[in-house]
Amino acid sequence: MEALSVRGLVKQYRNGVQALKGIDLSVAEGDFFALLGPNGAGKSTLIGICTSLVTKTAGSIRVFGHDLDTDLEAAKACIGVVPQELNLNQFETPETIVINQAGFYGIPRHVARERAEKYLSRLSLWDKRNKMARTLSGGMKRRLMIARALMHDPRLLILDEPTAGVDIEIRRSMWDFLRELNAAGTSIILTTHYLEEAETLCRNIAIIDGGRIVEADRMDRLLLKLHTESFLLSLRAPLVDVPAVPGYEIRRLDPQTLEVEVSKDRDLNDLFSRLSADGIQVVTLRNKVNRLEEIFMRLVDKSGAAA
Amino acid sequence: MSIGFASTRWIGFQTIVLREFGRILRIWGQTIVPSAVTAALYFVIFGSLIGRRIGQMDGFDYMQYIAPGLIMMAVITNAYANVSSSFFGAKFQRFLEEISVSPQPNWIVVLGYTGGGVLRGLLVGLVVTVISLIFTRLPVHHLFVILLAVTLTAIVFSLAGFINGVFAKNFDQVNWIPTFILTPLTYFGGVFYSINLLPDWARTLSFANPVLHMVNAFRYGFLGRSDVNVLVAFGIMTLAAALLFGVALWLMERGIGLRD
Repeated sequence: MEALSVRGLVKQYRNGVQALKGIDLSVAEGDFFALLGPNGAGKSTLIGICTSLVTKTAGSIRVFGHDLDTDLEAAKACIGVVPQELNLNQFETPETIVINQAGFYGIPRHVARERAEKYLSRLSLWDKRNKMARTLSGGMKRRLMIARALMHDPRLLILDEPTAGVDIEIRRSMWDFLRELNAAGTSIILTTHYLEEAETLCRNIAIIDGGRIVEADRMDRLLLKLHTESFLLSLRAPLVDVPAVPGYEIRRLDPQTLEVEVSKDRDLNDLFSRLSADGIQVVTLRNKVNRLEEIFMRLVDKSGAAA
Repeated sequence: MSIGFASTRWIGFQTIVLREFGRILRIWGQTIVPSAVTAALYFVIFGSLIGRRIGQMDGFDYMQYIAPGLIMMAVITNAYANVSSSFFGAKFQRFLEEISVSPQPNWIVVLGYTGGGVLRGLLVGLVVTVISLIFTRLPVHHLFVILLAVTLTAIVFSLAGFINGVFAKNFDQVNWIPTFILTPLTYFGGVFYSINLLPDWARTLSFANPVLHMVNAFRYGFLGRSDVNVLVAFGIMTLAAALLFGVALWLMERGIGLRD
C-alpha cells in the first residue's frame, strides 16, 4: 500500500503564484523518503496541503488509501507532522504540549501521560518537561515538535527540515531515532537542506523545483547517475598557468587551489604523475562536495534553465 | 457516527476546554482580577457615592438594580475577550496548527473555544457576584432564568469573540470590536438605567440592542423586574447563538483567515 499518493496536485495562491504545477508523487508504506528542493520550490506547500493547512487548487491526495477530500479525518489520523516553522505554544510546558496534542487525536489522558514520558525521554526532554517552551533552546524545541508529532503513533511521519539549527551531536542522535522509528514500521517523508542527511537516511528521493518534480528515483540509483567526482587539490607553491592533463577537467580556484573533475572510471594516478612531472606538488586532496549535493545542483540548474 | 469517532471528539473537546481553562488560571492577573477590580470600583462610585443621590430605580436600591447588569457586563467582556485573544494568539503563534492537523472536525474546535469562553465568563461572573454581595443584597427571584440567561449570553459572546479571532490579522483588530461596538452596546444596554427613563425614540432604539435583552433577562432572574419580555429575550439569545455558531463554522470550513 502507498503511504502517500499525490496525483496532479496544483496550487495557485490568490496572488497568482503557482506554487505547484501538477505534482505526482508516490511514497510506499514503510519507506524513508527524501523530498528535496531549493527554497521556494514548493516543498512546504506540498506538505501543507497533505496536512490540510493549505487548500489545494486541483488534484488528489490519498494517505494510506484515505482520500483527503472524502475521508479527511481518517487521513489526518494517519499523519504526524513536524513543520519547518516553530509552532509551539511558548507559554506551555513540553509535557502539557504533548499531552494536549494526544488529546486532539482522541487519546485518553492516562495513555497520553505514558507516551509523553516515552517520547520526551527518548528525545532527551524529560528533565525539561515542566519548563516553559519559550525557555528551551532551538534544538530542544525541534525535538519537542518531533515528540508532539509522535504522540498518536502516526503511520506516516512528515518532517519538514527537522534538524535545522540543531548541533551535529543531537542531529546524529535524531538520525538514530528516526531510523528506529522507520525500522518499527513508520513511513517517513523528510525534507532537509542537509543533503548528507537525506543521503544517509533515505531510500527513495524526489527533487522538486519550480513546483514540479524534476526527479524521483531510488537513492542508490540516483547516485549512480553521477558519473564524475570533483576534488580540491591544495598546492605547495602558487601556480600561474593551469596544467592541461587529458581526461581531467582542471580549474584554478586560487593560486594554490585546483579543482579537478574526473570521470568515476578513471583513477588519479595519471593526474598525479603529470603534476609531479611539471613540478607541481600537491599537499592535500579532498572531495569537493557530497555526491547528492552535486546531483541536486545539476537537476535544479537544469530545471531552472528549462523554465 | 461510530463510538470511536464520538470518543475522539469528546476527548478533543475536553482537551481544548481544559487548555483554555489552564490558560485562564495561568494568567489570572489578566483574566480574572481586572473585572473584579472594575466591578468593585463601579459599586463604590456608582453604587455607594452616586447611587445614594439617585435613590431607587424600578423599586430597588440603585446598587441592587445595577448589580445584575455589572455581573452581566463582566460576563460579556470576558467571554468575548477570552476567545478572541486566545484564538488569535494560537493563530499568531501558529500553534493553532496543532488542532488543524488533527482529525477534530471544525465544529468541535468552535465548541471547544466557546466552552473556554463560557468558563471564563461564568468564573468572572461568579467573582463579580461575590463582590456585589459585599455591597448589596441580591435576591434570587428565579434561579433557572439566572443560569440560562448568563450561560446563553456567555455562549453568544464567546462565539462573537471566536469570529473576531478568525478575522483578526493583528492584536489591534482583536481590540477594535470590544472598544467600538461591545462597550457602547453594553453601556446602552440597560446596565445602569431602566429604559423607561428614556424618551420614546431612544427607548425604541434600545430594543434593537441585544445586550438590553440579556441584561434584563438576567436582572429578572434576580429582581423579578425586566424592561423587556423575558421569553423574547431568550428567543433572541438562542437565535443569536445559533446564527453566530453557523457563521463561525462556515468561516472555519472555508478556512477564511486561517488557510492560504
